[in-house]
Amino acid sequence: MNGSDRPEPIEEPDGPGPGSDPGPAAASESAERRPAAPRIPLPRSSIEDTGHPVPDPPPEAIIWEAPPPEPLVLEHRVLKSLLGAWALAACSAAEATAVEEHLGGCGPCAEEALRLRDAVGLLHPEESLDLDPGLRTRVLQSCLGRRPPRIPVPEWAVPYDAESARLDALLRDIGDSEWHAPVRLRWFEQDGQVSRKTTVAGIIAHLLAVDGLVGLALGLEDPLGPDTPGPQHPAHRTEAYWHASHFPPTRAVRGPWREQAHEIVRTVSFAGDGSGRLPVPYGTAPPSGHGDDDTAAPGQKIELPLRDAMVDRAFECWIHAGDIAEAVHYPYEPPAPRHLHHMIDLAVRMLPGTLADRRRSGLATPSRGLVAAGAPGRSLRLEIEGLGGGEWFIPLDSPAAVGSAEREVAHVALDGVEFCRLAAGHVSPVEAAAGQDGDREAIRDVLFAAASLSRM
Amino acid sequence: MPKDAPRRWDRRMQQRLAHGEAAALGELYDRFASLVHSLAHRVLGDECGADRITREVFAHVWENPDAYDPRQGPLRSWIATLTHQRAVRRLRQTESAALALSGEGSTEELERKVRRASAAARADYIVTAMPTPLRAALELAYFQRRDYRQTAADLGVTEDEDRRRLRLGLQLLSTANDTADPSASPATGPPGHGTAL
Repeated sequence: MNGSDRPEPIEEPDGPGPGSDPGPAAASESAERRPAAPRIPLPRSSIEDTGHPVPDPPPEAIIWEAPPPEPLVLEHRVLKSLLGAWALAACSAAEATAVEEHLGGCGPCAEEALRLRDAVGLLHPEESLDLDPGLRTRVLQSCLGRRPPRIPVPEWAVPYDAESARLDALLRDIGDSEWHAPVRLRWFEQDGQVSRKTTVAGIIAHLLAVDGLVGLALGLEDPLGPDTPGPQHPAHRTEAYWHASHFPPTRAVRGPWREQAHEIVRTVSFAGDGSGRLPVPYGTAPPSGHGDDDTAAPGQKIELPLRDAMVDRAFECWIHAGDIAEAVHYPYEPPAPRHLHHMIDLAVRMLPGTLADRRRSGLATPSRGLVAAGAPGRSLRLEIEGLGGGEWFIPLDSPAAVGSAEREVAHVALDGVEFCRLAAGHVSPVEAAAGQDGDREAIRDVLFAAASLSRM
Repeated sequence: MPKDAPRRWDRRMQQRLAHGEAAALGELYDRFASLVHSLAHRVLGDECGADRITREVFAHVWENPDAYDPRQGPLRSWIATLTHQRAVRRLRQTESAALALSGEGSTEELERKVRRASAAARADYIVTAMPTPLRAALELAYFQRRDYRQTAADLGVTEDEDRRRLRLGLQLLSTANDTADPSASPATGPPGHGTAL
């Protein structure tokens, strides 16, 4: 293959690839017909074959056809150093001629020239093949099936692991400038949607800052720095991170975010399944930006058990990855059905409490009577369609009551992804495409409660 | 120091895998999946085959973390070698089966095809593992069709230095064409996988 066994390697160039170079026969023919022309065909396979845009021809391409320039006399050292540039057709026509003349009389250089020209045929544009995002799960599962792990990732942490890997793969594919593409953080407060302008990098900074709450609960370093006072509300942490630097976040935020995500998954794995009950403080509810009443009273402590916090972070990661993908015009699929189911289930479990909060703030209709804790109460049947869906009964009058099929007063049917978008504050409860029948007030209250699960 | 840091990562990763830490396997995938998949795809030219090789390679590493010897080179090149060997073996298998079935073509053609695919994948790896200055010079000259004087100006180096980089880059790349049968070679791998650099 390297031509060392050929007596006259240069006279019989063996095109390295399927390029458009004339074949050996054509080359020697043309050399015979036009002895003044270069004896070696253009030494590169053509970029036209790659399907990539063809750049403008270099000036040399035109000069090439012109009469040979004045002969150039170069010393051996220089000629040898030109071999790479010559093989790439990246030297002047005069230099190319000088090199080619030299090759006729210098065996070692001729041999190297052929070798380097063959190497040029191996260059081709990097194919940016998008890895199938589902491949990760399949590969990991097949590995773990063959050798069960001694330290598994707890089941409730798997969605977070998968979603952060998916977002990271999206980030790997986007260009420098896209990191500064504008994105709106959208959520729902009281009775309407609110938003906050940021960039792709700003979103990753947001995820870094809020994931940090889980990290803090696990004893990891705070990405906001060691002097940050106690657990704060996600919105405060995000604003603090954004304001800590005079410059807007850049793609440099990807590394710390990814590292923290890996570290969180690793730490919960060692802590084991039982650590799922550990409390993760989400700080205190911020004072409402819009006036006197908020769903959680300002100063009220918010807390989630670790297993739920991890699902919450997976959910946020997916929703924001979707925001980013939309901003940079990339497709982005919903999570795997099993993971989606965890997310829907968490949101549904939080609904009765949120409903009660809204009721206390006068944002939902008063309850229709007392229900003893643990007893079946008036319920809304929430039917989530699609993969990852299911059916839930949501107690309407008290978070302590038990949802009950016998006491169903209303029914809402919703696609799983649509429900998540509602719970993320990305669709208004009025516009959510939901099939509904039964008690109108109950339906309205539950849909609004779902939307107000969202936050910055 | 900067040379030691990745090697430390390699050793630690090996220990974590040996320890049976599932989270480490996830991190390993996140770091190397696109390398493994693209090399396998370059050899086999099809998505399903590349998926399959990816599954096999990670399963092999997960089941045999001790087979990696950090003294022999970086984890990255060990994984590239594994991928390359398996993909080439797979290509030879499928091509032989096709040949036996149809009777069209010859064993020589088959070997040529396997050799070409193998060299293409090795070249890909060499380019990704090449020192950045060499890669930058090659990319400008080949893909942007800049001549070496322009490339030198673009990169802020002398023309001498740029000629040197183009030549050295191609010299490294040309080792991909050296005919080592990767499926027959020992675990240290074919030339070009770490050994050349």
